[in-house]
Amino acid sequence: MIRVLTVGAIIACLAGGVAFAEKSQGASEAQVDKVIASSWAKAAPEWKARFVQDETQKLCTQYRNDPPAAIGEKIVEREKATIKYPADGKLMGDWKNGQKLAESGYGWRFTDYPPRRVNGGNCYACHQLDSKELSFGTLGPSLHEYGKIRKFAEADVKAVYERIYNPHAVLPCANMPRMGASGFLSIDQIRDLTAYVMSPESPVNK
Amino acid sequence: MRVSLLIAALALVVLAGPPALAQDDTERQLEKYRDMLKADPWSNPGLLEADRGEALWKEKRGPKNASLEACDLGKGPGKVEGAFAELPRYFKDADRVMDLETRLLWCMEKLQGFAHADLVKKPYSKSNQAGTDLEALATYVANKSNGMKFAAPTTHPKEKEILAVGEALFFRRQGPMDFACATCHGDSGKRIRLQPLPYLSKPEEARKIVGNWPAYRVSQGSVMTMEHRLVDCYWQMRLPLIDYGSDAMIALTSYLVNRANGGDITAPAIKR
Repeated sequence: MIRVLTVGAIIACLAGGVAFAEKSQGASEAQVDKVIASSWAKAAPEWKARFVQDETQKLCTQYRNDPPAAIGEKIVEREKATIKYPADGKLMGDWKNGQKLAESGYGWRFTDYPPRRVNGGNCYACHQLDSKELSFGTLGPSLHEYGKIRKFAEADVKAVYERIYNPHAVLPCANMPRMGASGFLSIDQIRDLTAYVMSPESPVNK
Repeated sequence: MRVSLLIAALALVVLAGPPALAQDDTERQLEKYRDMLKADPWSNPGLLEADRGEALWKEKRGPKNASLEACDLGKGPGKVEGAFAELPRYFKDADRVMDLETRLLWCMEKLQGFAHADLVKKPYSKSNQAGTDLEALATYVANKSNGMKFAAPTTHPKEKEILAVGEALFFRRQGPMDFACATCHGDSGKRIRLQPLPYLSKPEEARKIVGNWPAYRVSQGSVMTMEHRLVDCYWQMRLPLIDYGSDAMIALTSYLVNRANGGDITAPAIKR
């Protein structure tokens, strides 16, 4: 009996070992909150509020972006509910303005106040889009010819709009910011970006 | 002379051309520059800051008209050699874990009588400004561990605690962009625009990069310390300015140094 338990324990340890080492041990939420409070003591209240995690941020932190299926489903459900659509139902705007937004990383940094221009989507920081733009990041997948590959399908236009608005609505604990849900980009800006990715005229699809 | 020529050449490379190509070229030129530095280590402009730091260390300054020569960086009063390799660590006199910059603040307050508020008013220089005293002192002390390996202690309960907080902060998603440090530094072979991103939780990658700081930044023309580097990350994460010498700085530095344990100290290294 003891031997069975021992074997069981060893298997459990071996199986859990990798995951265990990856999970944060030791620091409690209270300890972390205390350090945050003391380390950004001079910040204004509205800036301090940026450290307060919502439920999705909490869960994605806790599971290091790999939530169990049931929790992932709950995140998707909650985040889907945040998505707002244009009143006229048109999900594609002006790809030329989308291009400008894709290049700009401006907005909401502590040197960006008072705002001197509109916020940018900063898409090129992480994605390849127009093949002529060589300065692109690789944190996200390449989106070059994204629309063309999908034959500019209506369903994919909607999917891209939603993905920009709130990526957790598709992939729980995605790395990409929730630019619509957070209010960082407007509905109009998101449809301009959607057009940049999905329009046949956009250089992304050339 | 040779130093200024190299800097001028690099500055041209940094400024010229379309950003993508320029950055590629910059990396190549930097590699060339680093090779030249290996052949002639004294041409590193960061060492001018280390020299200035040494002079500041020995100079009688502050309301108490004292030098920093009695400052205990962890290996006993006045012992600078190898001290940086064992930081952050717990200091009994402060009852706190401190990184290099926090410890320098402590010594400047206690030994020289400077007021904390004055010291943290402007801890780092902006682009093309002369380096601050703290930058020079940090460069001097770090350089005195050049060639040694990181071996920060993790035995004291407070060292363990702050290391665990540092790890938690590294993975904590927060702010309007939902960013954690791990969002950009949690995988190998990634880049932001053209800038390569080290996977900082992975010891092999952390060992190559953490020991570079404080580093001479060619684009800025001055030395940048680890705390200043962390300020930049949090700025990009859309979070507010971290207090200099705060526990979040020390916690994150503890985590990075712990990941880099056994890695070479190469400060001040040359960065873009």
